[in-house]
Amino acid sequence: MSLLELQNLTVRRGQCPVVDAVSLRVSAGECIGLIGPNGAGKTTLMRAALGLLPHEGHASLAQLPARDRARAAAWMPQAREIAWPVDVATLIALGRIPHLPKGARLSPEDRAAIDRAVERMGLAPYLGRTATQLSGGEQARVLIARALAQDTPLLLADEPIAGLDPASQISTMQVFADLARDGHAIIASMHDLGLAARHCTRLILLDRGRLVADGTPGDVLTPDNLRRVFGIDAYYQDTPDGPVFQPLKVLT
Amino acid sequence: MKLALALVVICALLFGLSLVTGYSVASPVASLRALVIDDGTPLSVVMRDIRLPRALLAVMVGASLGLAGAAMQGYLRNPLAEPGLIGVSASAGLGAVLAIQSGAALAFALALPLAALTMALLAVGLILALAGPRGSSITLILAGIAISALASALTSLVLNLSPNPFAAAEIVFWMLGSLADRSFDHVWLALPFMVVGWVLLIGLGRGLDALTLGEDAAEAMGIRLPRVRLALVVGTAASVGAATAVAGAIGFVGLVVPHLLRPFVGARPSHLLWASALGGAAMVLAADIAVRVVFPDRDLKLGVLMALVGAPLFLHLIYKTRAETA
Repeated sequence: MSLLELQNLTVRRGQCPVVDAVSLRVSAGECIGLIGPNGAGKTTLMRAALGLLPHEGHASLAQLPARDRARAAAWMPQAREIAWPVDVATLIALGRIPHLPKGARLSPEDRAAIDRAVERMGLAPYLGRTATQLSGGEQARVLIARALAQDTPLLLADEPIAGLDPASQISTMQVFADLARDGHAIIASMHDLGLAARHCTRLILLDRGRLVADGTPGDVLTPDNLRRVFGIDAYYQDTPDGPVFQPLKVLT
Repeated sequence: MKLALALVVICALLFGLSLVTGYSVASPVASLRALVIDDGTPLSVVMRDIRLPRALLAVMVGASLGLAGAAMQGYLRNPLAEPGLIGVSASAGLGAVLAIQSGAALAFALALPLAALTMALLAVGLILALAGPRGSSITLILAGIAISALASALTSLVLNLSPNPFAAAEIVFWMLGSLADRSFDHVWLALPFMVVGWVLLIGLGRGLDALTLGEDAAEAMGIRLPRVRLALVVGTAASVGAATAVAGAIGFVGLVVPHLLRPFVGARPSHLLWASALGGAAMVLAADIAVRVVFPDRDLKLGVLMALVGAPLFLHLIYKTRAETA
């Protein structure tokens, strides 16, 4: 089942295309890593796919009414904004807003979705804490849980694991992989190609707004792509412990 | 829930106290009886035509300022925002000043609040035109500051060129803000606008909650930000414009009350809306009682007292915040 379809999606800043004629289709069960150097257009691509930016071309989610779109896809922006000192439980419950009729209280169904999100992210001990007083990494995990509580078929996350400690990075990627196995789909932009290679079922490589490569980690992380797009040389092997990817040096 | 009950009880007590506070010396029981049963005595007239509208206006004005303050802070995600930020109060002030200076205010009693309201609504139209239908919250602030500055400048110009010192003095006193000598005409004039404003602002709860996570996340959760902003601006203009029109400029309520109550509602913007409305009503009621008790024979202005109490209170809050974040 297709959860997102982009056809020739183009976003311009002035005349210059920041995302240039990107076409792709996302199906249930995929855990997709969106990779590319800084300024490649990863954030812009996801925001335009959600209809949060003016764009040309077709984006299936952007066609939906706001409320339906919010039930079809959750979005975790890169700016980890928590404006008020609310407690963690309240913050995660905000993810239920698209499902609540105006003025209604949380139903048992809402509570169940919140509990699942809390459990997946291992946040039970934090529920009573004030969200603004947590560390940056803890805040990121709370915000991921907030997006999971929205309980949508598709989750788009902008650098969700940046700034997390290694254990949290791995467990967050495992949460995404588990969600994909349960029939959801994830699109997460990321810079850690090692984690992307290990946990994603598919990688999409962007460079200067264009889609350069799209496929399994092995198909995308080729020496040629790494050299052309990132300007690096890397070690990449399938080992008994799973794929291992390690950037080695900058090519001049 | 407990907080709501406590605030309602406090408001009710202060409302009663406001009714029995004033020049004419009568026992509280006799006063309240004269309020309920029109026995044709002067006390009945005082209670029904002077004190009741005054207490009602205190509730309405306070609720409008508190509610608009909470909504403005929630939308801008800034605890320093206040309803005057979008220039509504300054514009309403300009309308009132023009009514006083032109003599229209003497010609018929409601000319002043009507002129103030008209100016407030004009300002909103201008702000929406300036800030555009889609822009971010920063364009709203900038448009508000521009309108505020323009309205203040024009008010100063009127004072500057005023050939009539009495009118100038009256303008200055009006701008200090007061609820003295208001009638039911003022209540009926302000109420419809305020009710429209309250309905629009209370309806923002869900959107403001979502905005806790930022504009992008809120929009992705299905909140239509242009609509939120329109309701915020029109709701603030209607309620605060009407409040300024009948009571003059009363500062600090919209700033301090949401600040004070935020910890009691777990910082949740939607809950802060109704809490601040009740808290604002209580604060203005209390201040309006105080101006009558502290200097019974001098006409101490409500806006002056509010600023005198509000500024140190605000300093205390800043001090506390500093201690918490240090």
